[in-house]
Amino acid sequence: MNETDFGFESINLGHGSGGLMTRDLLDKIIFKAFNNPYINQKHDGAIININSQMAISTDSFVISPIFFKGGNIGELAVNGTVNDVAMCGAIPKYLSLAFIVEEGLNIKEFIEIVQSIKKTAENSGVQIITGDTKVVERGKGDKIFINTTGFGEVHPKANIATKNIKVGDKIIVSGCIAQHGMAIMSQREGLQFESDIVSDTTNINFLVNDLLNNFGEKIHLLRDPTRGGLASVLAEIAGDTQQGISIEENKLPLEKQVAAACEILGLDPLYVANEGVFLAIVDSEIADAVLEMMKKDKKGMNAVCIGQITNDHPTKVVMKSTIGGKRIVTPLIGEQLPRIC
Amino acid sequence: MKYLSEYRNLEATKSYLQLIEKTITKPWNIMEICGGQTHGLVKNGILDLLPDKVTMIHGPGCPVCVTPLNLIDKAIELLENNVIVCSFGDMIRVPGSKKSLLEAKSQGGDLRILYSPLEAVKVAKENPNKEVVFFAVGFETTAPANALSVLHAQKEGLKNYSILVSHVLVPPAMKAILDDEFCNIDGFLGAGHVCTIMGYKEYHPLARKYKIPIIITGFEPLDLVQGIYMAVKQLEKGSSIVENQYSRVVKEEGNAAAIKVIKQVFEIGNREWRGIGVIPDSGYILTKTYKEFDAELKFGISNIVAPENPACIAGDILKGIKKPHECSQFGNNCSPSNPLGAPMVSSEGACAAYYHFSSNLIS
Repeated sequence: MNETDFGFESINLGHGSGGLMTRDLLDKIIFKAFNNPYINQKHDGAIININSQMAISTDSFVISPIFFKGGNIGELAVNGTVNDVAMCGAIPKYLSLAFIVEEGLNIKEFIEIVQSIKKTAENSGVQIITGDTKVVERGKGDKIFINTTGFGEVHPKANIATKNIKVGDKIIVSGCIAQHGMAIMSQREGLQFESDIVSDTTNINFLVNDLLNNFGEKIHLLRDPTRGGLASVLAEIAGDTQQGISIEENKLPLEKQVAAACEILGLDPLYVANEGVFLAIVDSEIADAVLEMMKKDKKGMNAVCIGQITNDHPTKVVMKSTIGGKRIVTPLIGEQLPRIC
Repeated sequence: MKYLSEYRNLEATKSYLQLIEKTITKPWNIMEICGGQTHGLVKNGILDLLPDKVTMIHGPGCPVCVTPLNLIDKAIELLENNVIVCSFGDMIRVPGSKKSLLEAKSQGGDLRILYSPLEAVKVAKENPNKEVVFFAVGFETTAPANALSVLHAQKEGLKNYSILVSHVLVPPAMKAILDDEFCNIDGFLGAGHVCTIMGYKEYHPLARKYKIPIIITGFEPLDLVQGIYMAVKQLEKGSSIVENQYSRVVKEEGNAAAIKVIKQVFEIGNREWRGIGVIPDSGYILTKTYKEFDAELKFGISNIVAPENPACIAGDILKGIKKPHECSQFGNNCSPSNPLGAPMVSSEGACAAYYHFSSNLIS
């Protein structure tokens, strides 16, 4: 399918009317891409069988620009929800997919996004089983917004919950932080700077599945530090569990280019978004084995233990600085803002 | 990272901390002028590593914190009157008397967050039917780029560009602090980046008159501990001269090209400092030749006044008379998400530094 087969150069209000134009868009682009027994029913919804506890997670994607170094909004919409389901200790199986398109979106871009969704879903082992497409007037959206809801079967050995965290547990980060946020920042209007930083958007569900197969309930908590970054997730965990968290600055996995970009813009990488990294809080006795296993996987090769749960300073995250001092790590308040000088 | 990792080295930092310990015999109060230095001290946990005899006092060098409240209200007035306002990111969350720039944006104002004032000139060029104003705040550090934006706009023949100026200068502020009857400061860490532009010739008379050592200092952990060591060494032997710790960046004569641009567009005039009040000859105003680029005159908004929140002790914080956690509002009624004053919002504000990073809050 390409734009010339479709007959329109861009999406218009008619494509969201529910009439023949909508049907044409669905048949030629969406159903064709996601060809599977569920979506092929072309029904109002999908009927699925799930034989275990089910994990459900939903997320909306409103990123600008919609195409960025290392991915696009479609890829992000699949990986983001797949990863959220995986963080529940579940195996993602199905996704719903809803578009809100601003009229005028180039059809070529729309097709590219749909194709990305198809490919990313296949790579993650999930099927798109139901969806929705709405079109809003120009100026009432920002090219395209996507919502996905993911459904997964909870892994039989998983027991993921903040209440399982105990003093001495190790905190492992699966890869280099701050890449997604800095990739987006480097392309934003008014902030352009040249870099080769690419978003880390990827699915981490298979690596999580391997970890659960091997270590089961000794993995106490999984979280993906997306918006708000590592700092916000850690601060949340410390607050929720009433435990202290201590981490070390010089253990934080950070690519040189990303570190440099953060320095230039005056941003703290601890607060910058990630899209293919997760945090595992695990029983200290399995920490080395978890790390060893993660490092063998492409998506965990930069995994590192950054700290532990501690009796000291309950509810607070404290970071030992490179020069041996200490600072508290608070959650992100609003958006990180560029500094004056 | 070259030029950064060397200055965040554990062993080197430790060796300077040991030198300070060995040298010091009496208690000394040292003020770091710049908010970037305050953040460096707190974020790296240096305050806890220093000997008890060294007390660091946090200075007024946070451009956002010292920008008067009425200037924020003026920028909001412009936003609400169909003017495109361009600003550095730090300014937008600072509360005005009724709201912040960020709130005015959410209510429909066209606010652009930029890294460079030259981008604002570009915005003016792209929007010939709209007025575009750059919120030109800051110390000497941001003055050259702000001045350059005026020169660029003039060269392009743009009639729809102007700047809302609130430029302040470091030496008059140091003088005002030293003249304050409650002043207890024994030495200064001078603001490294301000001196990168201006050099440090103008600090010699201050050091002589007030018999106070001034160490022009950088921002990395090693810079800060070395700067403190140099100050302590002088204090212990009764010396009071200007020294340059940040010599990899700062030259005594400063940056001649930048100074030339500043002098072309700005002249020295009285300026109001938030929390401190008007300090004579403490800032830059546009020269007569460039008055057409003065947004206050262009839009007739000079008469807007704004009362400060009486519960905020920002003035005492900026003068180093009180520390952030000594304020009764700190962390209770005043936090970064609900700030009473600018030092709690700005990324260089002392209150924000204490709130975000300070080990005072660990237990």
